[in-house]
Amino acid sequence: MGDIAIRVENLGKKYRIGVQNDDYPTLRDAITQAALYPFRVLRYGIPSQHETIWALRNISFEVKHGEVLGVIGRNGAGKSTLLKILSRVTEPSEGYAEIYGRVGSLLEVGTGFHPELTGRENIYLNGAILGMKRAEIQKKFEEIVEFSGIEKFIDTPVKRYSSGMYLRLAFAVAAHLEPQILVVDEVLAVGDAEFQRKCLGKMSEVANEGRTVLFVSHNMSAILRLTQETIVLEGGKMLMRAPSNQAVDFYLSSGLSQSGEKRWQKEDILAESYPFRPLAMRIRNPQGKVVETVRSTEPIEVEVEYELESPINGLRVGIYLINTHGETIFTSFDTDDGEMYEKYSVRQAGHYVSRCIIPADLLNDGRYILGLNASVYRLKRYFHEPNALNFTVDSTGAPGKQWFEVRQGFIRPRLNWQIERDAYAVEQA
Amino acid sequence: MAQQTSLASKTSSEVVLLRPSRGWIPLNLHELWVFRELIYFLTWRDIKVRYKQTVLGAAWAILQPLINMVVLSFIFGNLAKLSTDNIPRPIFTFTALLPWGLFSKALADAGRSMLANRSMITKVYFPRLIIPLSSVLGGLVDFVIQFAILLGMMLYYRITPTSALWSLPFFVLLSLATAFGFGLWLSALNVLYRDVGYILPFLTQIWMLVTPVAYSAKVVPAEYQFLYALNPMVGVVEGFRWALLGARPPDALTLAVSTVISVIVLISGMYYFRRMERTFADMV
Repeated sequence: MGDIAIRVENLGKKYRIGVQNDDYPTLRDAITQAALYPFRVLRYGIPSQHETIWALRNISFEVKHGEVLGVIGRNGAGKSTLLKILSRVTEPSEGYAEIYGRVGSLLEVGTGFHPELTGRENIYLNGAILGMKRAEIQKKFEEIVEFSGIEKFIDTPVKRYSSGMYLRLAFAVAAHLEPQILVVDEVLAVGDAEFQRKCLGKMSEVANEGRTVLFVSHNMSAILRLTQETIVLEGGKMLMRAPSNQAVDFYLSSGLSQSGEKRWQKEDILAESYPFRPLAMRIRNPQGKVVETVRSTEPIEVEVEYELESPINGLRVGIYLINTHGETIFTSFDTDDGEMYEKYSVRQAGHYVSRCIIPADLLNDGRYILGLNASVYRLKRYFHEPNALNFTVDSTGAPGKQWFEVRQGFIRPRLNWQIERDAYAVEQA
Repeated sequence: MAQQTSLASKTSSEVVLLRPSRGWIPLNLHELWVFRELIYFLTWRDIKVRYKQTVLGAAWAILQPLINMVVLSFIFGNLAKLSTDNIPRPIFTFTALLPWGLFSKALADAGRSMLANRSMITKVYFPRLIIPLSSVLGGLVDFVIQFAILLGMMLYYRITPTSALWSLPFFVLLSLATAFGFGLWLSALNVLYRDVGYILPFLTQIWMLVTPVAYSAKVVPAEYQFLYALNPMVGVVEGFRWALLGARPPDALTLAVSTVISVIVLISGMYYFRRMERTFADMV
């Protein structure tokens, strides 16, 4: 057998984006269109082809056996399309890929799980869907159940499971798949910290066993921990392939992880917000770029752009920061400060930007949600959007990163530690 | 270590080349054999879920044809007064409802199957033919239960099956093949055009009327018999009555036409399905 596990040559995937008035084409339309086609050609000439977009183009790379390759890029960069092609879910439109070995894909855990079936039944079903033989599942059954930690509920329909239990069971099955090549997409984005730790542990186990892994993630620290090399995708093209730390650094600092912006259209806003009208909310990195991923070691700028169509007395515009478990990390308003409060006791009509800085070395890594609130204390809430924007904090370079562990806690402050050696006490001892 | 070597040995045998396909694709039926356990598990899932989800469970498989039998016997016997070749009307109708039920359920399930399983289709690779195939097979359990009822009815009416009983598996197969063939066309079309899902119940309703379920094929005038035979279910239903109840045997020409139609639809359905398969994951 050769050295190569995956060879991708000039791979491309084209999607058709038709002029879509309806959600889906119907047979009725197709028949009427076919019937009217001759008339239309007579009138307007032969219609042009559907518009197409390349979700992926000119992608070439090789992965050696035993290599763990990371894939990063913002949403829509083509990561999922690449994995879908390699796991044979969809066909490429051009180029080719050669795969040497059995591919197992974890595009989403729990594929084919049926809520009416019990945990036990779903293990068999899901295992078969993922390509395991019945004998193989039987052999590993005990191990899977133990790994999932839901022994007591194994004969309960999974519709009665909590979402955490469901995930643990689903991942347990997937983790016991033993393909030569494993394709993983974002499984770590879900679940609690404990579960994520378990997943990461299993992933590094797989990697250490000498299996080939293609790993797509938004979690930069997981990419750094698990992969040696990483490719960066952007707009369907491969920007670079480099050792993971270089690739991650490039990705984070180039502002590719963009989309850290929420815009409100006029029709999104309820009448009761009047005269407050939110326009946009953005996250910026220190270079002033609007980004989706920020580094915990750098200050984060949050800005809220809005209009007042008439003056408001005592208006305060503020943000909530919530973590992915729904816990509020902090709340802050633009007139919290006494001086600002005096100065803006009446806010005149006009176009405004309220801006603040979340200091560096404050947030732990993970995804955060920003909420927006515009209100007058005890009188009126003009606007409230608990889930306006979300962004990722990446802790690359944060204190304590020399240890590959998940740091507990909401925040990750850089504390000024002193270590003093009491010479006298040592002498006494 | 042992694990590593076993993995290495698996590797050497498998090289998969992924590239754009053009035009008609080979059926790759041997792949269905490789994935036979998945066919089994999906069929098993469909059956299990159906019996768990409905209040009546397995009783539904019995009640549905029985109610149908009563209604159809009443309408066609007492109101329309169509001949049954001297066979008691209830069993005359029920014997036909058996293959008809198998067929119509298989057709409807297969037609909807691709959309019903879209979450699997967009995430994991397996031969897509498995999806409509396992929905067709899922109806067999209902069929077996109903067959037991039929045997009970035959005891009651003191009807002994004829020596033509040997041909019954052929008729079962013919109805499954017909359902699978049309199901393939419909399921692939349903991915492309969502309104196929609405046409399905309508289609089965009409189809039942042009199948001799509640009446004897004899009532169709001779000059239309050939046209009538184009519906493969005519041969199947007549065959069931012949094998079990000793009704007059189906016309050999009718049977031949039914079989040929069914095979043509099956093979063309498989090729059409395979041709559409490459776009399923992008469209469902």
